[in-house]
Amino acid sequence: MTLMTKFLGAAAAMALSAGAALAEPALIYDLGGKFDKSFNEAAFNGATKWAEENGGSFRDIELQSEAQREQALRRFAEAGLNPVITTGFAFSTPIANVAADYPDTKFVTIDGYVDPEAHPNVLSILFSEHQGSYLVGVMAGMASESGTVGFVGGMDIPLIRKFACGYAQGVKAVNPDATVIANMTGTTPAAWNDPVKGSELAKAQISQGADVIFAAAGGTGIGVLQTAADEDILSIGVDSNQNYLHPGKVLTSMLKRVDVAVADAMAAGEDLETGVKVLGLAEDGVGVAIDDNNAELVSGDMTTAVEEAKAKIIAGDTEVHDYTADDSCPALTF
Amino acid sequence: MTEQAPAIELKGISKAFGPVQANKDISIRVMPGTIHGIIGENGAGKSTLMSILYGFYKADRGEIFISGRKTEIPDSQAAIAAGIGMVFQHFKLVENFTVVENVILGAEDGAMLRPSISKARKSLKSLAEEYELNVDPDALIEHLSVGHQQRVEILKALYRQADILILDEPTGVLTPAEADHLFRILDNLRAEGKTIILITHKLREIMEITDTVSVMRRGEMTATVKTAETSPEELAELMVGRKVLLRVDKKPATPGDVVLSVDDLKVTDDKGVHRVKGVSFEIRKGEILGIAGVAGNGQSELMEVLGGIAQGTGTITMNGRTIALAGRDSDGQARRRAGIAHVPEDRQREGLIMDYGAWENVVFGYHLDPKWQSGFLMRNTAIVEEAQGKMERFDVRPPNPKLAAKNFSGGNQQKIVLAREIEQNPDLLLVGQPTRGVDIGAIEFIHQEIIRLRDQGAAVLLVSVELDEIMALSDRIAVMFDGRIMGFRDPAETNERELGLLMAGIEGEVDGDEWQAIDRQLERKEAEEAREAGDA
Amino acid sequence: MERMPAWADVVLIPLISLLLAAILSALVILAIGENPVEAFNLMVEGALMRSAGWGYTLYYATNFIFTGLAVAVAFHARMFNIGGEGQAMLGGLGVALVSLYIPWPHWSLALLGSCVGAALFGAAWAFIPAYLQAKRGSHIVITTIMFNFIAAALLNYVLVSLLKPVGAMDPASANFPAATHLPTFQDMFATAENPLFRGAPANVTFFIALAACLFVWLLIWRTRLGYEIRAQGFSESAAKYAGISPARIIIIAMLISGALAGMMGVNTAQGEAERLVLNSTEGAGFIGIAVALMGRNHPLGVLLAAILFGFLYQGGAELALWTNIPRELIVVIQALVILFTGALDNMVRMPLERIFMALNRKGA
Repeated sequence: MTLMTKFLGAAAAMALSAGAALAEPALIYDLGGKFDKSFNEAAFNGATKWAEENGGSFRDIELQSEAQREQALRRFAEAGLNPVITTGFAFSTPIANVAADYPDTKFVTIDGYVDPEAHPNVLSILFSEHQGSYLVGVMAGMASESGTVGFVGGMDIPLIRKFACGYAQGVKAVNPDATVIANMTGTTPAAWNDPVKGSELAKAQISQGADVIFAAAGGTGIGVLQTAADEDILSIGVDSNQNYLHPGKVLTSMLKRVDVAVADAMAAGEDLETGVKVLGLAEDGVGVAIDDNNAELVSGDMTTAVEEAKAKIIAGDTEVHDYTADDSCPALTF
Repeated sequence: MTEQAPAIELKGISKAFGPVQANKDISIRVMPGTIHGIIGENGAGKSTLMSILYGFYKADRGEIFISGRKTEIPDSQAAIAAGIGMVFQHFKLVENFTVVENVILGAEDGAMLRPSISKARKSLKSLAEEYELNVDPDALIEHLSVGHQQRVEILKALYRQADILILDEPTGVLTPAEADHLFRILDNLRAEGKTIILITHKLREIMEITDTVSVMRRGEMTATVKTAETSPEELAELMVGRKVLLRVDKKPATPGDVVLSVDDLKVTDDKGVHRVKGVSFEIRKGEILGIAGVAGNGQSELMEVLGGIAQGTGTITMNGRTIALAGRDSDGQARRRAGIAHVPEDRQREGLIMDYGAWENVVFGYHLDPKWQSGFLMRNTAIVEEAQGKMERFDVRPPNPKLAAKNFSGGNQQKIVLAREIEQNPDLLLVGQPTRGVDIGAIEFIHQEIIRLRDQGAAVLLVSVELDEIMALSDRIAVMFDGRIMGFRDPAETNERELGLLMAGIEGEVDGDEWQAIDRQLERKEAEEAREAGDA
Repeated sequence: MERMPAWADVVLIPLISLLLAAILSALVILAIGENPVEAFNLMVEGALMRSAGWGYTLYYATNFIFTGLAVAVAFHARMFNIGGEGQAMLGGLGVALVSLYIPWPHWSLALLGSCVGAALFGAAWAFIPAYLQAKRGSHIVITTIMFNFIAAALLNYVLVSLLKPVGAMDPASANFPAATHLPTFQDMFATAENPLFRGAPANVTFFIALAACLFVWLLIWRTRLGYEIRAQGFSESAAKYAGISPARIIIIAMLISGALAGMMGVNTAQGEAERLVLNSTEGAGFIGIAVALMGRNHPLGVLLAAILFGFLYQGGAELALWTNIPRELIVVIQALVILFTGALDNMVRMPLERIFMALNRKGA
């Protein structure tokens, strides 16, 4: 609350009448909500950082229903907000529907894809999550003593399978005999925010021998990381750097720099370059988090292996399979 | 005696529900150590008056004096504190508690149950000896007969130190033997100086046991007289406001061809208990066969199978054609097509949809008749017209077809059911408890209609727990006991005593104190049933 | 013995309930330091004063009419169908299959086809709990709510593994072919000089919902099936006596209920998104319970209550857009209305009855 008040304060009252003159950027979160400790929150943090550093302000909204996607896009565009940034793949279609009606407004979809030919005022930002997941997979494969590692996904959607698939490939790359246990928390959006279920899944995987667990599950992952720390095994965080949550117990975090993408888009403002941007290892859009909290856990061998794998991927020597390219995964069955 | 303050004195009690004046300026004095009867038709305001006395309703006007002291009774706790106990028509017992648990319920001494229970057990024992109120204190309520459950209600009141006992229609659910036992209990209570108010609509009970009787009609107290100085005819007239025929006038029957023939019918309920254990009889055109029996001896199940509500085994032919006893063609619709009309025992649960208007109820069960259909829709206007006619012909009051069934009195509800079933001109009419909860004025009318249908050539199967009614209406009487027919009797050649014995499963004469013998027999049967229930 | 005139029951009680909910909501808004009057203005302005606002209000209302009617029909048979959510999900699936795999020449035919598809799928989903209740006595409340979860899992599987176009991120079906796109209010009512309902999702399905109201009214109060459904609802023992098979009525009422809930899918999938998304029902199945409760299970009441809830949804969106009232509090405000109009009915009714009885006594 205090944060919001700080940035929005007085501007809020005026926005209705005088929105057009301000040309503030707008941020629309996906249904998960602003404070999901993960993806949307990373976007919010990026926007906040931009506002703090540049003294700017932005408007944002948390959606309640599917129909509000288009509504929010239109209302913000009509109010003259620019650019209008959205998080989550679900915005691709709504943006494609409205973009043509507001040619002067720039729309950004993070994780979504809108045809740049048809909609020249849209920027699609995609992350190569499979590459980042591959790297943490490599680390997990090396850190595991039992040869069994776990993956806890949030809602069972293609994006999360993409995480799981990249991870499994990384694990198999360093230990071809390793077992990867993958579980999804659920099939409804509630799966993004169910730490208790996350904890249960982690326990189940531990009982099957897993000693490293990668949680790509939003708020649910908090429960996974907690249980892993309690049971004295290693875990891997996602999206933001979550190493600090349990120092010495979180092997690493798979970073997805949504915050950077949002801050960059806001900084560019109305002059935002549109098209399609894919942020992978080469662009530092994804990566692994190494800091004081996990320095002891990461051996020299591990660092070397990760660096090597990263270089190979960037150079194109290693091809990490993207689950969403053909809806299948060579290293893991769902 | 006259110097003594009355146990209860009500002065000028009035109570209205909306526009309905349920009690109008009622004053009454009940002397201690007497049994005071309150008699009146349904809806006369008896229950309202007692509810005021027991704290369920607050009177709009008027005062209550208990033993000469003015007393406010805002709730039932206050009534209990004032020494008033009430035995409701529908018992308020916890079915899966034991007797002693029910007795202490709400009157526990502390947080721990054990002391209360042992105290209650002791006091139950002494009460049982004193008043012939014997019940096994550890039996579960659901295993007890209705008569015993009622004793538990009385025990509950006495355990709470009640000096004044109100009984609302206590014999409605009892066998003659049980009713007799109840009256002996009441006698004992009176002898101990307790005051009893007995609410009933049965003149015989009033004459048999009360000292004084007050008559209520349409919310007013029309008279209070000494029982010894009045007669049933006078009381009936006071209740109804006009002269009432207490006997049914009917010509001798002229039975024709066999309409219904039942052979070796057996019915088993969902719990696997055999309710009807092989019953055979036939009914002819223009004949009323009355089935007497204590409630729960298979009559209801017999009616349900004939009416298509329950399933059974055996052979039933109707007008020479066999009718199905199980499967799709055994439902109420199939029965109606076969020419069977059914006035069910429980009009509120079965015969009527209480939330439906009278008009919707007059086609209930016959709503599929093409004459009420036009295309997909029902011909509501025609149905309302039909209802209007039926209500006039059967003198249903108020004659408003749109009024919901629940807003009619019991007698008028029954008339709606009768109008519907009788005017179908059935070959066979099944009638269960036609006058239960119906006031005297309507009883007369209902009886006449049933006889009129017989005289038109229909066969009638009558089930009633009221022996008077069976005797008055039937051309032949069958007595059911324990799922079997004990025998057939000609009403002209039998009497209540003989039938009563058959109803208790006893054939022939009993030496000595026969009612006691019957009591013992009934108790044996109950114990058996309790065992059976325990096994199941 | 009428305690209260009918108009008071139908009009006064909901109004007082709404007022109470509004007062409490105002207090909530005050407590977080916002101006309740402004917030209310914003809701009215955004939901009712602009044609596009109406377009959203009526879009939501269309959903709630279908699910509200579904609950109401089942309730007339004393079945508490809280599986509207799952039935609507399956209805959406029916719409998707019909729209994707049948080459429709024109939207009007496609609409007919998808209505049938939605109704069939919704009814099929309601059939299993209905059968279990009718033949096995499994409690309908338990089974229908469990079927919501099963529906969510099924839909997820179908979308993620079968219907999702290869390479797409979103667990949603492909876009429906253009021939199936339904005319929106904008298409129907907007002219060049007067651009009404711009971008709003309300579409021709709204009129189907109105027709459904009429259908339910006729069904319940004018047909013999409705007569039997109500009879069964009021008293199963009496229904048996009349030769009405309780099992048959339970199943039929639930099939109709499921079909109505399923038809919500036409509005969300075909009318709005023009594809099937995973989260298309968004709790409308549950809102339907509140709508039916508030509408006293009467189609007219359901219609009015649905529009009210549509207003709350659209007004809530406006609040989220232009104020700092967090989303959670908007949900609280919506919940307060449900609480007061649905669950706390008696809290208003009892005192009101007493007042009317006192008035009557004085009058008499």
